[in-house]
Amino acid sequence: MIVFELILLGFLIFCSIAVSISKSLYSTVVIFMSYSLVMSLIWIILRSPDLAITEAAVGAGVTTILFFITLKNIDNMKDGNTDENDEE
Amino acid sequence: MKTMKNKITAVFKKFIDGDFDIEAKEIKVKPEIKSEHKEQSMKERYLIWHDNHGVHSFKTIYAGCSIFVCVTLAVILLYTVSYLPAYGNPLNPANNEVSDRYTEFGLEETGAVNTVAGMILDYRAFDTFGESAVLFVAASIVMMLLKKDEKKRSKHLEDHSRDPIIKHIAQVIVPCLLIFGVYLVLNGHLSPGGGFSGGAVMGAGLILYSSAFGYRKASKVITDKLLRNIVFVSFCFYAVAKGYSFFTGANHIPTGIPLGTAGNIISSGLILPLNIAVGLIVTCTMYSFYALFNKGEI
Repeated sequence: MIVFELILLGFLIFCSIAVSISKSLYSTVVIFMSYSLVMSLIWIILRSPDLAITEAAVGAGVTTILFFITLKNIDNMKDGNTDENDEE
Repeated sequence: MKTMKNKITAVFKKFIDGDFDIEAKEIKVKPEIKSEHKEQSMKERYLIWHDNHGVHSFKTIYAGCSIFVCVTLAVILLYTVSYLPAYGNPLNPANNEVSDRYTEFGLEETGAVNTVAGMILDYRAFDTFGESAVLFVAASIVMMLLKKDEKKRSKHLEDHSRDPIIKHIAQVIVPCLLIFGVYLVLNGHLSPGGGFSGGAVMGAGLILYSSAFGYRKASKVITDKLLRNIVFVSFCFYAVAKGYSFFTGANHIPTGIPLGTAGNIISSGLILPLNIAVGLIVTCTMYSFYALFNKGEI
């Protein structure tokens, strides 16, 4: 079990370094999502399953979707094919 | 010296403005000057080198400064951490009579098998009310910032044909997600879970439905007005219920709400309805975040 925990913690550190190093914003969001997933596993090991559920639903699910939508909208703006709707 | 200073300020201004491409700038500067002045005096060459070197040294100084700031912050934070009491020490300030009371009398006083639910929805229900209010304020501000006007609302919002794989997987997953969310909310006082987690799971299910089957289909059922009414009613119910129980508790009046037998679904007094209220608020907030970010309307 200790080895498993160490692997998970190492993955957390790896993810957090990779998030700051990675150049592409999309891959950053995906790495961030995997960080949340591993974090929810760690919550289960720390015996707080309710936090694990919340982390998996909010951290890995909703936040990632919101990030993706934001990036999509920013890309739309950058490409210049925006109509007046996206200007605001 | 002055040109270098100007250069650095210009580069710095660009950098502040969000033009991070210092390298490209450096490469651009070099050939322009060289192509114009083929024959250069030693001094001019020195100046050009100095300019480029200025940019270079700016980069070095910038990197050095950022590393210095990061390391200093880390050292300060770690130094503060070293003052924290040792982990697991029985004399820690966290181990006081409050947690003793929660563990000893929690089940008796709240009727909730899940002590966490008893804590956050009975002893500390006011905090949970504040948290729901934070979510509500966040949703209102997102609505204010991102909601589009009536006339600007897009008529050209064609739901492009969705991926059949996502559609079929969503057909299987969405009902499971929704039922799991309902289970979490209704069993909040018996098993791990509760209003917030269950609401988040239900919100994720709604988001998946909306993104898999198209916005049109989802907005037929889930309308702006419905979400607002649900949130409003849940909030009012929470405030009234908790106000009642705080008023009676502070004045030592019996509330008259039966706690029931611990372990039954209908037990533990106000915790179950409060869980439902929080779950509804969280679900509606999550879904409206998605809809507002994506389309600018619910």
